[in-house]
Amino acid sequence: MTERKIELEVLRYRPEQDAEPWFQTYTVPCPEEWVVLDALNYVKDEIDRTLSYRWSCHMFVCGSCGMVIDGEPKLACKAFLRDYGDKIRVEPLANFPIERDLVIVMDDFMEKLESVKPYLIPKEEKSLDEGSYLQTPAQLKAYKQYSMCINCMLCYSACPQYGLAPEFIGPAALALAHRYNMDSRDVGRKAREDTVASHEGIWECSFVGACSEVCPKSVDPAGAIQQVKFSSAIDYFTSWLPGGGSR
Amino acid sequence: MDTVTTDIAVVGAGGAGLRAAIAAAEADPAVSVLLVSKVYPMRSHTCAAEGGAAAVAKSDDSLEYHFNDTVTGADWLADQDAVELFVNEIPRELTLLEHWGCPWSREDAGEVAVRPFGGMKIKRTWYAADKTGFHMLHTLFQTSLKYPSIKRLDEHFCVDLLVDDGRCHGLTAMEVRTGRMKMIKAKAVIIASGGAGRIFAFTTNGAIKTGDGMAMAYRAGVPLKDMEFVQYHPTGLPGSGILLTEGCRGEGGYLLNKDNYRYLQDYNLGPAEDKPRLKAMELGPRDRLSQAFYHESQKGRTVETKWGDVVYLDMRHLGEKLIDERLPLVRDLARSYVNADPVTDLVPVRPVVHYMMGGIHTDINAATTIDGLYAAGECACVTINGANRLGSNSLGELLVFGARAGRFAVEHVKSVKAPGDIIEKQAADSEGRVKALFRRPKSGERVAAMRNALTLSMEDGCGIYRTEETIRSTCNTITDLRARFQDLALEDHSNVFNTDLYQALELGCMIEVAHTVAQSALERKESRGAHQRLDYEARDDATYLKHSMAYYNPNGDPRIDYADVVITKSQPAARVYGGSAA
Ligand SMILES: Cc1cc2nc3c(=O)[nH]c(=O)nc-3n(C[C@H](O)[C@H](O)[C@H](O)COP(=O)(O)OP(=O)(O)OC[C@H]3O[C@@H](n4cnc5c(N)ncnc54)[C@H](O)[C@@H]3O)c2cc1C
Repeated sequence: MTERKIELEVLRYRPEQDAEPWFQTYTVPCPEEWVVLDALNYVKDEIDRTLSYRWSCHMFVCGSCGMVIDGEPKLACKAFLRDYGDKIRVEPLANFPIERDLVIVMDDFMEKLESVKPYLIPKEEKSLDEGSYLQTPAQLKAYKQYSMCINCMLCYSACPQYGLAPEFIGPAALALAHRYNMDSRDVGRKAREDTVASHEGIWECSFVGACSEVCPKSVDPAGAIQQVKFSSAIDYFTSWLPGGGSR
Repeated sequence: MDTVTTDIAVVGAGGAGLRAAIAAAEADPAVSVLLVSKVYPMRSHTCAAEGGAAAVAKSDDSLEYHFNDTVTGADWLADQDAVELFVNEIPRELTLLEHWGCPWSREDAGEVAVRPFGGMKIKRTWYAADKTGFHMLHTLFQTSLKYPSIKRLDEHFCVDLLVDDGRCHGLTAMEVRTGRMKMIKAKAVIIASGGAGRIFAFTTNGAIKTGDGMAMAYRAGVPLKDMEFVQYHPTGLPGSGILLTEGCRGEGGYLLNKDNYRYLQDYNLGPAEDKPRLKAMELGPRDRLSQAFYHESQKGRTVETKWGDVVYLDMRHLGEKLIDERLPLVRDLARSYVNADPVTDLVPVRPVVHYMMGGIHTDINAATTIDGLYAAGECACVTINGANRLGSNSLGELLVFGARAGRFAVEHVKSVKAPGDIIEKQAADSEGRVKALFRRPKSGERVAAMRNALTLSMEDGCGIYRTEETIRSTCNTITDLRARFQDLALEDHSNVFNTDLYQALELGCMIEVAHTVAQSALERKESRGAHQRLDYEARDDATYLKHSMAYYNPNGDPRIDYADVVITKSQPAARVYGGSAA
């Protein structure tokens, strides 16, 4: 079998040299088991040392290599060349400033992630001598899905709302807040509410669901946001009942 | 050059670095901690750990059993005081992670569940499905956000340590976004930079595992200990090297040769029973299993593929429900990368470089030979792993010794004198070295070509079985590469996110670390654990029940010295697995 070759059209942008982004085309081999990341590594090692992108684990878990591949946000290590045509377009994640080539500036994402108090807030400190909390498989299941986020930011790239209103906290950070809220060991929902249930929080989401569609880990951020909205609405209404809530 | 000042600087924000930072913050909130990492914390390779972390938790287990398993697994090269401390402290560390929210898999009544792992007499490996390291890393990272004294410099590449009169006073780092060098002045430095599996061609390790921190300490004069001991994991996917966790075998998977025969029974690991038997067959230790593969392939009983010989991992009898519940990532990876669904198909696997038993020499307080310099995690060598690490001991190790590094560093900063001006000069020299590399011409030796030459030569000469001849040939390649590094080409001359420069810096570290592996392997004329010499097949306790210590030599081969192994309760004996294992 003669080896198939494909063309990678890669967005290039080096702020010191380039006035604006442009596309560079590289011709690369296309073995059956290769993913887009392998093709980029081939470019970097064999053709052009100046191409920059982030990657590390090559096994869908470190979250480094999120990119837009043929118009869709994907992990480059999970996008098999065999599933694409002879020309593949590779761009950085949308909705973020480009730092260089396929590398985006992720400061905003990190701030948002940190802003939702993404850590366990227990009812009271438990000493180590008391051992572990009990948590049944059903209680684990209640939040497990939301704990699977690898912070790859594909959902931010897909989210129309984040594109329009960058102050929106966004899918991954909201799903993470929900992960802790749903944990049987946690009582921090109120503490997270200020950020999460604010205007920049859940209420910005227009529930298009694009975030859940692109998630490589089936976290379903859209579902999480919907649930948060629901429970925050309930909280809001109970707070107006006689003796209800903390407002 | 910008200057940043902190009490404690931590090189690396993986499991060990984060645990160290949190321990320091809890010990004294007034002590400032700076996590400096070349990638964002959640990209650290701890995220890739699948199988779990061992700690005594159940009533049928005991600290003594965990101790004995670890020391035997290590082929008696572990320091027994360190192992004892480790097995004592790890149950509390895993419980602490539970308190911080780690989603450990559970039994029906809500207790933390455990699974069997290779070389362990009792089931004691805590797990979070097959994404244990991922959950541990994210739990640690997210928990670290609670502590105001912990600050971070993400995507900063650490380059050199600053040492004056035997004391460490900080380091230099390059901000990847701008290419700017920074001098980080610190009263204590903790290196937690992870392993160096990338010095081999075929590895489970991510791109970032290039041994930078080991090289930094080594160049500063700290010996690298037991570097010849490199762990091959028996079940990597051919081609990519992606790991299928030992949990596959812990849950009951079989290893089959080309005749569908469970060949491990021919290597003193039997009897072959349907259900997993602890410390036998597929639950033997990794060194033995990888060595058995080598012999099977010598006998022509493996299957040839374009990515080299393979055997099969058979999980079909485990059923879809169990596989989906406990090994979902394995299923995803096998289907995607080798088009084999473990539920219905045999999955091709071969041994793959996985873990460095050796590393920066430390004592049981994680202190190195330089005052104020600590090391923990895979980059360090305490050593609890000796000649062969047991699966699921390293996630525990990074917690126990990461935490100790943090606490002892806090103690240390209280008594530190100000450094002399010499460190400013060292920082300027370090900046000069990086700038010189940055200004290298576009033509010359290519980073990728040199890296390939290195990693293939390591695979050929320092693989599962070694001989004087193969190792010497690798040593020669390394000497050659050290010279060629002076003529390295740099094609990218922009300051912003220059990964050409980043990889050139990594390559420099890889060459130094590989040099210590090869030289230590050459001089250890015996076979022990993961270091197997075809020309010296027996273990030789009289001469080599010793740690090798590799010292940096800028102009030649590392100098290898030896240090005693700490033996307290367990005298060296034969390692017995299979039916007659204790
Ligand atoms: C696929 C896989 C599966 C595994 N499964 C298990 C398992 O089930 N159980 C088990 O016990 N062990 C397992 N291991 C081993 C274990 O995961 C590692 O030994 C451990 O996670 C290493 O953690 P660490 O904190 O030392 O390093 P890492 O998590 O690798 O972190 C290193 C840190 O150092 C930083 N760094 C490195 N160089 C520099 C530099 N020059 N400048 C700045 N920062 C730098 C990196 O950015 C990173 O933050 C597995 C390993 C692999 C590869």
